[in-house]
Amino acid sequence: MNGPASGIKQAVSTSPSVIEASRLGLTFETGDGLVHALSDVDLSVGKGDFVSFIGPSGCGKTTFLRVIADLERPTAGTISVNGMTPAQARQKRAYGYVFQAAGLFPWRTIERNVGLPLEIMGYAKTETERRVRASLELVNLAGFAKKFPWQLSGGMQQRASIARALAFDADLLLMDEPFGALDEIVRDHLNEQLLELWARTSKTICFVTHSIPEAVYLSTRIVVMSPRPGRVTDVIESTLPRERPLDIRESPEFLAIAARVREGLRAGHSYED
Amino acid sequence: MADSLRQKLLPVAAILFGILVAWYVGAYVMNAPFQRDLDRRADETPAFSEFVVKTMTQPKPTLPAPHQVAQNFFENTFLRNVTSNRSLVYHAWVTLSSTLTGFAMGTLLGIAIAVGIVHVTTLDRSLMPWIITSQTIPILALAPMIIVVLAAVGITGLLPKALISTYLSFFPVAVGMVKGLRSPEILHLDLMRTYNAGKWETFWKLRLPASVPYLFASMKVAVAASLVGAIVGELPTGAVAGIGSKLLNGSYYSQTIDMFSALVAGSIVAALLVTAVGIIGRLVEQAMGARAA
Repeated sequence: MNGPASGIKQAVSTSPSVIEASRLGLTFETGDGLVHALSDVDLSVGKGDFVSFIGPSGCGKTTFLRVIADLERPTAGTISVNGMTPAQARQKRAYGYVFQAAGLFPWRTIERNVGLPLEIMGYAKTETERRVRASLELVNLAGFAKKFPWQLSGGMQQRASIARALAFDADLLLMDEPFGALDEIVRDHLNEQLLELWARTSKTICFVTHSIPEAVYLSTRIVVMSPRPGRVTDVIESTLPRERPLDIRESPEFLAIAARVREGLRAGHSYED
Repeated sequence: MADSLRQKLLPVAAILFGILVAWYVGAYVMNAPFQRDLDRRADETPAFSEFVVKTMTQPKPTLPAPHQVAQNFFENTFLRNVTSNRSLVYHAWVTLSSTLTGFAMGTLLGIAIAVGIVHVTTLDRSLMPWIITSQTIPILALAPMIIVVLAAVGITGLLPKALISTYLSFFPVAVGMVKGLRSPEILHLDLMRTYNAGKWETFWKLRLPASVPYLFASMKVAVAASLVGAIVGELPTGAVAGIGSKLLNGSYYSQTIDMFSALVAGSIVAALLVTAVGIIGRLVEQAMGARAA
């Protein structure tokens, strides 16, 4: 654990941290008693990082993302987003959130879906049009502005939802298994595009995933989590270069990181049954 | 086209034919005793076929035969001046105008109630039982009271009838819209929250558009209920015009044929109203990007 820990410190010193969580805990009360969704999570995410959260179901990775987004309230510890509380950050529209499902409004065309946050945030009409066009270009959907969501494939819908999260000036992008429901080929393609987009926009991205190759391919840091209670078991700094062609996934370096992630996932699996 | 003809027209025509046959048999059975009585007094002994024809041509039959109703309906719809009070078009228009007024008010009231229920917890807990109770009171008992009370304070004419339509039509709209306004997925609500959207924005940009299919489904029920309300509203007023007054007059003077053709006029108006709401609903949903069915 020494290696990654010093890596974090280095990241903190070179760039201001966007997310800072310390001893963060969240307990749900359910009919069957208390569920410890998060317990003692310490983590800091630096500006421009691409951080993946990986772990089995129930490890709290989505919950952690939702805490950052102020969609859940932690019950213990502290967390800051851009130096503010998550609620303040949400009110300042500090992040764009991409959900597992595209969640486009079926009664709006793609351009009006992408423009939705801008409408709510009160952007002027010409500015809205400019930004919608720019974000649709970023996700290669320029020709589909006038289409309705049902006229697009699942992968295109998800790209539109990413464009929607990019349309306003949030430096932080929170992505909750955005490609989980898509097939492998589409997923590879979107992963490539996402890296390209990250390089171009230099946003900070928090990315929840189930997939080890996806996590290793995309991230500068990988946070391995385990369930019952949901906690961080390992933080792995990626040694891969920022420039990553798809075939980097066959390189020994890539495989070594993937092996370490797998190991971390296995070690976290201390089921008592 | 030929397929839809076979799939839709044929079954409908078959049922219609069955109803007509049953109706003619019923007309014969119902009118035969009176006709026998007449024949006995006139000392006539007609042959069976002659007797059957006679049961179908009485001026005030117990149950008029379909062709009698059809003839009466045709004459009173197409051969009369539409401003004459013998014209069914005139009566249908009188009823239609209070139906539409009441329907518009009922729809607005229903939407307002639903918005209140969805946004105000107190209303959510307190209002629904009262709304349901309101619909358990028979409208026939309530309508005369509404008319009489409003007449006492000087309100007569279209408005009291329209209020009865409102009373019947706000309910389906309120229930449908509560469901519709609550229909957005958690995901969409979370999304609006990440934009720090207020209640008002969430209402206009998410809840309202999401409720449109529910609105039109409940408006179809409401418009039919409105028509019933308007007709019922014409019964106790001694109204001089409207399908309801036509029915009432018919029953006073045993003009059964008139009553039946007024009923036919009423059901045609109902069918047209429901169809119109359906078409408007489809157009709105198409404009909102729904797949063409």
